[in-house]
Amino acid sequence: MSNAHTAIHGDHHPVDPSVPVEYHEEENSLRIAGFWVFLGSDLVLFSCLFATYVVMHGRVAGGPTSQQLFDVTGFTIETIALLFSSFTCGLATYEMRRGNRNAMVTWLFITVALGLVFLGFEIDEFVHNVSIGATMQRSGFLSAFFTLVGTHGCHVTMGTLWMLSVIIQLIRYGITPITARKAFIVSIYWHFLDAVWIFIFTVVYLTGKVV
Amino acid sequence: METKEHKFHQETGFPWKHVIGLLLSLVLTAIAFWLALATHQPPAVVISIIVVLGFGQLLVQLYMFMHFTESDDRAWQVPTIYFALFIAFTVVGGSIWIMSFRSIVS
Repeated sequence: MSNAHTAIHGDHHPVDPSVPVEYHEEENSLRIAGFWVFLGSDLVLFSCLFATYVVMHGRVAGGPTSQQLFDVTGFTIETIALLFSSFTCGLATYEMRRGNRNAMVTWLFITVALGLVFLGFEIDEFVHNVSIGATMQRSGFLSAFFTLVGTHGCHVTMGTLWMLSVIIQLIRYGITPITARKAFIVSIYWHFLDAVWIFIFTVVYLTGKVV
Repeated sequence: METKEHKFHQETGFPWKHVIGLLLSLVLTAIAFWLALATHQPPAVVISIIVVLGFGQLLVQLYMFMHFTESDDRAWQVPTIYFALFIAFTVVGGSIWIMSFRSIVS
């Protein structure tokens, strides 16, 4: 191996063309592995909120039930938007590994736009619920509902802001091992949020329409 | 020097993996929506099936989109995520199970 490579990239992580750019430094592999551990802990956090919701679902205290409250059109559009955003986010990683910065940034912008569509419908749903008196303090069911769905919405809000900041760095610095690692981590975060939403529309919305 | 095992998906040609992942997630979503909203099966049957479909969608996200098995050394994220899933199912399933005794006890 040439000395120039050793000087730039260190002894332990020689640059291998078969390794994607986001893994080109040892620290990057560690950060990506660490982020997977965070996703595991976030999964456990959501499981506690799901358990609370499932137990509280029937405790409506004379207030609105899930069958009366949930709007099929709203949560269908939210689901479609998030499924397609997961796809476009995957295409951004695909273009990143092919070295196409502009195509990658375009797919990330589309992902952020679909995330904003999702958030728009979710905020509209929450505002509508509050306007008819279905507030968080109305019943155990609504407390658990707003906590679970709101925590996911908060994650999506953070995800769009985070993704925008990564887009700015990609435009300024191009695809480097550092920006590639940041983009890779925000993309697996985004796919994870879609996976959590799958369980929200299954356990909260569809189940709420069945029972 | 030890040789490391590289397990990365090569990004060549048309992104079939992503397109198939999208189609699978759309089909699984459509089946779940149809079962829950358009058929009139017993709730327990519908809920069991759509939870299984949701778990299938989780696997689609992990394996088709999230580069789940990739690593430059060992894919430590695989046991990490499966352990987290085990905790999650224990917490949720255990809560449902223990609360179902309430009606008998009280």
